[in-house]
Amino acid sequence: MDYINAIILLLNYIVIPGLTYGSQLALGAIFVTLIYAILRFANFATGDMMAFGTMVAVLFTSLFQSWGISLGALPTALLAIPFAIISMIFYMFFIDKFVFEYYRLQKTPPVILAMVSIGVMFVTQAIVRIIIGPDDVTFFDGKKFVIKAAEFKQLTGFNEGLAIQLIQVITIILTIILVLILFWFLNKTKTGKSMKAYSDNEDLALLSGIDPKRIVMITWIIAGILATTGGVLYGLDKSFKPFTYFDNMLLIFAAAIVGGIGNPFGAFLGGYVIAFSEILITYAYKKFFIYILPTSMEPESLMQLLSTDYKFAVSFSILVIVLLYRPSGIFKGRVL
Amino acid sequence: MKKYSDVIIAYSIMMVLIILIGIYQSWNMALSIFNMCLISAVMTMGANIQWGYAGLINFGIMGYTALGGLAAVLIAADPVQEAWRAGGLDILVSLGLLVLMILTIRFIIKNFNKSKLRTYGIVSIIVLGVITIRTTIEPGIDAIESVDPSTKGFLGGLGLPIIFSWIVGAFFAGGLAFIVGKVALGLRSDYLAIATLLISEIVVAIIKHEDWLTRGVKNVIGLKRTVPYEIDLQATQWFISLVEKFNSGKLNLISNIADKQILLNQLVKEGSSVFVKLCYSGLFLIVVIMILILTQKALYSPWGRMMRAIRDNEEAANAMGKNIAKQHLLIFVLGSAIVGIAGAMLVTQDGLFAPAGYRPFRYTFVIWVMVIIGGSGNNFGAILGGFAVWFLWIESAHIALFFIDLFTANMDDTHVFKIHLIESVPYFRYLVTGLGLLLIMRYRPKGILPEKIQVK
Repeated sequence: MDYINAIILLLNYIVIPGLTYGSQLALGAIFVTLIYAILRFANFATGDMMAFGTMVAVLFTSLFQSWGISLGALPTALLAIPFAIISMIFYMFFIDKFVFEYYRLQKTPPVILAMVSIGVMFVTQAIVRIIIGPDDVTFFDGKKFVIKAAEFKQLTGFNEGLAIQLIQVITIILTIILVLILFWFLNKTKTGKSMKAYSDNEDLALLSGIDPKRIVMITWIIAGILATTGGVLYGLDKSFKPFTYFDNMLLIFAAAIVGGIGNPFGAFLGGYVIAFSEILITYAYKKFFIYILPTSMEPESLMQLLSTDYKFAVSFSILVIVLLYRPSGIFKGRVL
Repeated sequence: MKKYSDVIIAYSIMMVLIILIGIYQSWNMALSIFNMCLISAVMTMGANIQWGYAGLINFGIMGYTALGGLAAVLIAADPVQEAWRAGGLDILVSLGLLVLMILTIRFIIKNFNKSKLRTYGIVSIIVLGVITIRTTIEPGIDAIESVDPSTKGFLGGLGLPIIFSWIVGAFFAGGLAFIVGKVALGLRSDYLAIATLLISEIVVAIIKHEDWLTRGVKNVIGLKRTVPYEIDLQATQWFISLVEKFNSGKLNLISNIADKQILLNQLVKEGSSVFVKLCYSGLFLIVVIMILILTQKALYSPWGRMMRAIRDNEEAANAMGKNIAKQHLLIFVLGSAIVGIAGAMLVTQDGLFAPAGYRPFRYTFVIWVMVIIGGSGNNFGAILGGFAVWFLWIESAHIALFFIDLFTANMDDTHVFKIHLIESVPYFRYLVTGLGLLLIMRYRPKGILPEKIQVK
């Protein structure tokens, strides 16, 4: 029986990857939820908008690399994020001006807007693929590990190694900073409060002199920041491939709805719920049980609840269960 | 006649476009586009019944298509005797256990009042049941998958003619739709869209990874056809003389007998593949026309009127004593069953079942674009949408190439920008379809052929 090694094992294979993955999903989920709360439609172009932002970041990164600019141990992409965010916001303004605004003024039902966002999805997908192509792009540079498994073993003398990648640290820290600023903005500033009011009751908000154009603009700006950062962090962690971003959209939707759509805090936690359930259910616990059980009871099978083939299915099943038993999400949705 | 003039015009334009492809590119190409258009038309009619008649949004088309394909495999593939002997019993026992578990839960729900104890009981039955089923099924799956894994490794099907799978596919898809509808139809429209999309992802994940049933990503190939094979046709006398008769003008121009024979062989080769495609076109056309007649009849029947009433004002229809939940479920099942037929037709045409190919993009979103562009609520519009979008989907690469050549005419052929554009030609189809959807939704929100309701 060896509890410390068991805990380190779980940290290494479940907690840290879960937090990283969850952060990436959480940023996307807040993006979906904000659009849903203020512009009132399910944005099916989410994944591809994130891919667009990431694509710009990739292009800027390679530009900086060709100029010889780098951040030393940190990935150069961090330097590219602000530029990517600005391009992303302009792209969103452009789309809003030429596509969504018309329907918003007409007060079209949300289903039609969701259909329109499918059109946007197609166009964005085309733009991304025409500019950068459909292939995998790895744009992570800098130091890969903060601490390697072997170093950790040597340092502490434990059997089990703990490897922490630089990008995992960056992802978690950046997400926490962004989310803190966002919640401060939504809850404490006047603009944030007027967004809340607009989301709760549009007509009342208009009566009290809130400018809808400004609210929409700020929503797209926040959305641009979240989408780009989330996309770039995912791309740095795995790699940039337009196709996976489209697939991630489904997980992001799941996270947003599980958390209660329209509720940014719920979406934030929803990201972690989805990420952890996916990892917890598909992780093979054999080694963990070897550590905590006496030798006589050691398991022979992998001790895996479901094979990793089903990791997407796990998140989707959780979503379906939540939708059936608590359609407003775990944390009550539809309040900003 | 005047009522249908726009339908006739739109369809004639579509036919002329396809014939033009036949003349300028090849008849093979034209027919394969035409066949896919027909299959798409069946799918769009299924989606249109749900969206256009009842206002239900079903983003799970991919799942029903995949189930239709699964039906084709289970009907047409040859049974694998060794696999049945190796693990069939385990599978059957687990299936029995699963049915037993569901029946027990049903029994408990029917006969006990809602309480905490009941919930815990059901949960523990599910957990216990899943564990027992997994322990019984695992050796069976291992045994089945180790039977000649490179060519078989699955239970196989019934070895019946693949045509039957069209009906079975409809039942499979309808059955799934019944379950999905039971649990999800109460949701609001956009939630329903997301829920159906994700459920269909789960279905495809199961089809993709349960190798003992579907061979998974290893694909099932060489499903038996109902139409003749090209190789057999090329050796058949009547077919050769038919081709000779058709091309007698061309053949008579050549005097040299050896050259004539070579040309004839080539023509026979081309002709055989065109002939096979024509056979499929005929079969598919029958299906499309049958479904079209049935749906048209339904649309103008009292039932269709009721569906429209429910769609346009649910509360009023409810107040008139219509059972909305039941009608929604019915139409959800019917529409999905039609999509299931299309899924089986797709596998029939290709003779191949490739679960990895079922992507939400191709089999859900593109189909929806077809429905919206064609005209929701109008069956002729849905078919037209299937034709027009699929045509664009295939031909937009050629169109894009033409425009790229036009705009970059004064550039060098080796210019980086030009090369990059030409390499990315396949992705212009997304752009063209997306822009098409956006423009139609903006300027003709009811689609090319809008819904027509006669008030008598």
